[in-house]
Amino acid sequence: MSELPDAKIPTQAQAVWRNGAFGLGLAIICFVLFSTYGKSLAPWAFSFPKTQTFPVARWISQFTKWLINDATFGLFTFTDLTRFIAAVIDLPYQIALSLFATGFMSGPGSSAVQLLPPISWIAVIAIVGLMGFYIGGRRLALVVASCFVFIAVFGQWTSAMVTLASILVAVPLGIAGGLFLGIGAYRWKWLERALLPLLDLMQTIPVFAYLVPILFLFGFGATAAVVATLIYAMPPMTRVTMLALQRVMPEVRDLGNMIGCTRRQMMWRVLLPSAKESLMVGVNQVIMLSLNMVIIASMIGAGGLGFDVLAALRRLDFGAGLEAGLAIVALAIALDRLSQAFAGSSAATGNRSSRGLIARHPYLAASFLVVIVSGFLGLAFPAVQSYPEMLQISTGTFWSQVVKWINVNFFDALEAFKNTLLLNILIPFKRLLLGLPWAGVVVFLAISGWLLRGPKLALLTGALSFLIAATGQWEKAMITVYLCGISVLFAALIGIPIAIMAAERDRLWGWVRLAIDTLQTLPSFVYLMPAVMLFRVGDFTAMIAVVAYSVAPAIRYTVLGIQGVDPRLVEAGRAMGCTNLQLLTRIKLKLALPEVLLGLNQTIMFALSMLVITALVGTRDLGQEVYIALTKADPGRGLVAGLAVAFIAIIADRLISAGAFRARARLGLQEGAQ
Amino acid sequence: MSSPEAKLVCRNIWKLFGHRAAEKLSEMGGNPSLEDISAAELVSAVRNVDLTVNEGEIFVIMGLSGSGKSTLVRCLSRLVEPTAGEILFHGTNLLAATETEMIEIRRHKMGMVFQHFALLPHMTVLNNVAFPLEIQGIGRDEREHRARDMITLVGLAGREDSYPRELSGGQQQRVGIARSLAVEPELWFLDEPFSALDPLIRREMQDEFIRLQSVLKKTIVFITHDFDEAIRLADRIAIMKDGEIVQSGTPEDIVLNPATDYVEEFTRAVPRAKVVRVASVMKPASGGAPEKEVSDRSTVSDAAALFLDGAERLRVNSADGSLVGILHKSDVVDLMLRG
Repeated sequence: MSELPDAKIPTQAQAVWRNGAFGLGLAIICFVLFSTYGKSLAPWAFSFPKTQTFPVARWISQFTKWLINDATFGLFTFTDLTRFIAAVIDLPYQIALSLFATGFMSGPGSSAVQLLPPISWIAVIAIVGLMGFYIGGRRLALVVASCFVFIAVFGQWTSAMVTLASILVAVPLGIAGGLFLGIGAYRWKWLERALLPLLDLMQTIPVFAYLVPILFLFGFGATAAVVATLIYAMPPMTRVTMLALQRVMPEVRDLGNMIGCTRRQMMWRVLLPSAKESLMVGVNQVIMLSLNMVIIASMIGAGGLGFDVLAALRRLDFGAGLEAGLAIVALAIALDRLSQAFAGSSAATGNRSSRGLIARHPYLAASFLVVIVSGFLGLAFPAVQSYPEMLQISTGTFWSQVVKWINVNFFDALEAFKNTLLLNILIPFKRLLLGLPWAGVVVFLAISGWLLRGPKLALLTGALSFLIAATGQWEKAMITVYLCGISVLFAALIGIPIAIMAAERDRLWGWVRLAIDTLQTLPSFVYLMPAVMLFRVGDFTAMIAVVAYSVAPAIRYTVLGIQGVDPRLVEAGRAMGCTNLQLLTRIKLKLALPEVLLGLNQTIMFALSMLVITALVGTRDLGQEVYIALTKADPGRGLVAGLAVAFIAIIADRLISAGAFRARARLGLQEGAQ
Repeated sequence: MSSPEAKLVCRNIWKLFGHRAAEKLSEMGGNPSLEDISAAELVSAVRNVDLTVNEGEIFVIMGLSGSGKSTLVRCLSRLVEPTAGEILFHGTNLLAATETEMIEIRRHKMGMVFQHFALLPHMTVLNNVAFPLEIQGIGRDEREHRARDMITLVGLAGREDSYPRELSGGQQQRVGIARSLAVEPELWFLDEPFSALDPLIRREMQDEFIRLQSVLKKTIVFITHDFDEAIRLADRIAIMKDGEIVQSGTPEDIVLNPATDYVEEFTRAVPRAKVVRVASVMKPASGGAPEKEVSDRSTVSDAAALFLDGAERLRVNSADGSLVGILHKSDVVDLMLRG
């Protein structure tokens, strides 16, 4: 049956495919022989000669110093520029912070007098509820308001408002920045060409890596945290803007020209409004990514929930960390639902009427009223101003008890499980990878690139892997590959069977989807804590956390792939008398292969991003290198290690995408295979 | 007969896609064959098209998908830049116009209706129709007044505040038509306006279009892939294949004298009586003219109904009412029997 679509491909393509497979086989045999017997022949191929490494880390560190101390644009210095950016960010941040968390203060330091209290918790909940009602009706209002009530009840209110203030500053800046970059790239081809590789890099480079330079340029504090959030959240908005503009129907563009739009009218009156729906996806992305950054940003000075999680992690207080983490999730759910509903609603298109200000904006007026009334009431009744402590609930101790109980009762079983896996799988695999000659791996990656796509990809994969070796990071990179590889393997082993089961059972898929959606909104740090509690620090703990984090895309893409199989082909199979197993193995899985490969790709990306965070639990890979650089404030070392992680991600991504592309072309699902 | 004024004249329009297309075209002597073009690694969309659209006529460009008709109509308004050629609109060459001049011409002299409507989803019907006027900077009261007139003209009065997504396909295209007419264009382009509609709605919209044109008397370039639609609406038709015009003429010319096998293929299924005009079948007037009369512009099938009461001959009048010939029942029957 799988031969059926094959028949469409010209025989030449099949011959090329066979030659490719043959070449790959030959390359693997040579590689294995060389790795086993080549060490005495060419020792330089196994460990990169120390004297030959490029001191890139030092160059970057020196460059950063030069930027801060000497760089000048003539009229102003580089430091002036960063101070200016900091000021632009700081002013709205201070206002938002005063509004939501601290109130407006006057006077220096601890002797400051509060002029105005912050908006009361009741007013904030009322406002978000009204927003929900205005955009999406009663249901949305209820969801959003209960998220905020949850935060208040669990005693996270003040921290959550600090976080919200920084989000409220970062998100509009991120949206505006991404939008303008995207528009620029759409208008000027050269900018697009310059941006695309940069965007790829920004999405793969671990956040830690650019925390250090930001620390240097902006100092420790909330401003630096907002800058880091912006850098992290802006690339997707840029990409979405570029795509959304390109995807506007050509007829709509023709219409704009036909009615004589100028360039500006075309962009702001025709293209952007038509692309609104896709653009809102980008807005949603910015919000979610900003929330993702909350914890990491707290490493360079953001307070709020992120700081609480980080602090809890440092003193291994699982319960407290979980509660703060869940508060982040609640914030994420509320903002996510609001922005998604806003994208789908027509509330965004203004209605015009000539009635009075209050009648035209009833929701805005009501919000103001609530703020003022609750403000005055708050002066008389403190419970209106801030949620009474008496009514707060804490489950922190409960969770800590649960972990303790598990540890007391199942310690031996857990240890046995951990040691079996470590001794039989993890360690042998690590030894194998560390024993490989770097030169052989570089050549092998280049050959794979050549066979899968052509000389360009060969050059890319070869060059990037060579650079990892040449900057003296081969060993750490191999540990990263080992941890990432083993985690992805387990994620696939767990995720794919679940996906196969869930793909055809709608009810089950509903539950599974809810589970993986939740997993993906949980801040990645939260995964670390139970793993550390149960297995203490080390590679195994890191692996557990990475698997938990990266299993979601494996499930999601496999399900999408299976559900996307043309039902006519399934029907044809059934008509031929296939059993269910045959249907699955001979038709569905084969046709879903490209999607599964893309899912694998995403799994690897997720695993790599989580892997850097697991440096906190004592791995010895590139992530640790980045983390050490962060604690030692060494910008060069961090960036170089971060780039190495990005290179690994890019190599994996390009090779797998090329493979998926080939699989698609072979199945006749996509035209124009090379 | 006075010769009608030519509104739009195109000479030697070429559109080739590919690297250095214009240079390669002139290197190949300006008139390469299809083989030459593909040998030069170019893709041809429009080849050597000459056409003249007269004041107040419906000029239909008919061709199957990939024949280059959509590219051609976009060349006429320079939405697509032609590789070579000349486009004279009122005697001035559009290809020499600057960007700003082109914006002015499009704003005030041209209107276009699109196959998939191209309505802006975030605007109401009223705002969509008023949008071209808004772009020109016309004040709200005036543009909404004009937009309302257009909406009434296309029969959508009462739906001004609906959003496009709330309308049926036919209604959406009425909005598209109203919008293209809002600037009162001299030249009206319709790019397969009814192709995305159901057959019944399509028929209804064609009738609506005929009604509108009888009121507006615009100069129209109408694109379609439907030969029946072409002969139903056209004053003159140009048939395109592989980027070239293979034949152009009145529907009657084309049905009676197809120039190539390709054109004949289309005409085969068309009943002659629906296309052929009385003037082509009538005999010279001799002896006494009968009482009942028919216009020489009517189709034979329209005239056929007049014989129902047993008449054998009809008096054929020209537009000014003078006798130009006699239509015999036997000739009509003959034509209809031949199919």
